[in-house]
Amino acid sequence: MKEVLVNLAYLVAASLFIFGLKNLSHPRTAVRGNLIGSVGMLIAVLVTLLDRRIVDLPLIIAGLVLGASIGMLLALRVQMTAMPQLVAIFNGLGGGASALVAGTALHEAVSRGTVPDTHLTTATVASGIIGAVTFFGSGVAFGKLQGLIRERPIRYSGEQVVKAAVFTVSLLLGALLVAGPDRIYLYWLMVGVASVLGVLLTIAIGGADMPVVIALLNSYSGLAAAATGFVLQNNALIISGSLVGASGIILTNLMCKAMNRSLLNVLFGGFGEVVSTEEDIYEGKVKATTPEEVALILEGARRVVIVPGYGMAVAQAQYAVRDLFNLLESRGVEVEFGIHPVAGRMPGHMNVLLAEVDIPYEKMKELEEINPTFDQTDVVIVIGANDVVNPSAQTDPKSPIAGMPVLEVWRAKTVVVIKRSLSPGFAGIPNPLFAMDNTLMLFADAKKAVQDIVNALKET
Amino acid sequence: MEDLVMYVTVFVLSMFVGFEVITKVPPTLHTPLMSGANAISGITIVGALIAAGSQNVGVAKVLGFIALVFATINVVGGFLVTHRMLEMFRRKD
Repeated sequence: MKEVLVNLAYLVAASLFIFGLKNLSHPRTAVRGNLIGSVGMLIAVLVTLLDRRIVDLPLIIAGLVLGASIGMLLALRVQMTAMPQLVAIFNGLGGGASALVAGTALHEAVSRGTVPDTHLTTATVASGIIGAVTFFGSGVAFGKLQGLIRERPIRYSGEQVVKAAVFTVSLLLGALLVAGPDRIYLYWLMVGVASVLGVLLTIAIGGADMPVVIALLNSYSGLAAAATGFVLQNNALIISGSLVGASGIILTNLMCKAMNRSLLNVLFGGFGEVVSTEEDIYEGKVKATTPEEVALILEGARRVVIVPGYGMAVAQAQYAVRDLFNLLESRGVEVEFGIHPVAGRMPGHMNVLLAEVDIPYEKMKELEEINPTFDQTDVVIVIGANDVVNPSAQTDPKSPIAGMPVLEVWRAKTVVVIKRSLSPGFAGIPNPLFAMDNTLMLFADAKKAVQDIVNALKET
Repeated sequence: MEDLVMYVTVFVLSMFVGFEVITKVPPTLHTPLMSGANAISGITIVGALIAAGSQNVGVAKVLGFIALVFATINVVGGFLVTHRMLEMFRRKD
């Protein structure tokens, strides 16, 4: 096929990606958007296969079949609560593939006896470093989300120096490679060092900071693809890679804003040690309640807001929450969901779980939308959330979460907090909400607690 | 060198397009956005096809094959799981 035609087909594919992403801006058109994107990908793959550079077809088919089977298996079997892990794996594989492709291109050029020029090798270096960091960073993120590795951040003295040193070494190896592109071993050495960097960067982050990491790795996987596009001089890769890079950067930014922290602080700072003052705050002021009492309060409510957190995902409580939602709605109660941007372990995590159980998306309200409504709300039910409903973000300038936008649930008439214990959230600080006059604590597993409330409501 | 400038131009302009398009996606859809965007970043499959299908021998061939498998998992799994999620959002309409 003529090269012009091939390139035009790549342009069509890239345009379809843009159209597809554009359609993602509304739940009604989003399915179509995703399909448009996949058609774009199909075109890109077919055109590449028809291109005369492909000689070893059986191997290609074997690779496609193997990859497609694994991909389908993962995508069809994953539970919605495990979505962050799956996205982490996919991010990592994309980044890893980019690094491998760039390396193979270098092998090919050198074996043909051509010396790649400087900007090609520079792009190869970028692809190798970003790709390796993405692959191993995502691997660690997966391990943490899946519970294979300790989820708490692993920190040690001098860690910033270690990371900076490892990063510098990988850059130095890259520079050496640019200076002498025929020394391929330098590439793989560099990839090895960057892999260590990927592990070091992610192992230091944990828990509630995960949404930032996932978004950032998403961005990296795009940038790695774009860098590989420079290596192969292929516009389809450059355009698509930069689109994804931009998407990841936007999400990373939103997540950081939602925690009132800078990206540097999330990546390198952490919350540090907090002196516990729990006893003074909770002493004698915490009121425990029962599902029956909550049901009685709900009996008289006209407007209820449910605030889900990671605890809902852990307890798989979304189905019970759906039952509660349906029951209340059938009795004429107005029910809405208040969703904090960083609730859960990835951007939009809670929304997916609620969509899974058929909660209409109009009922899922963002922080800015829901906050002004708490004054007119009779009951707020907080399920497995903690730091995102902590009033000290607004009242205590010295708090580690000071200035973080929070859901102002305490302005409602009654707040019911479903939680196993008074243990602190990820930020490691006590929550004065639990001791407020209008707060009732329901100490139980989220799923069981909500089920019990539903049963108690049915009996009345 | 002219080529490089052209590619950098494409890169920068696409970033702008990306920012414009993606800012409009509502937070409710951020998880499917991530997995969908992630599937698109699997475009590196094009490079993997070229690498695995070329006249490379030995190590380069093996690496090309691994890259192809990785990228295919990324693409197929990514689009499919995004579809699964988006269907859930549409159901109530």
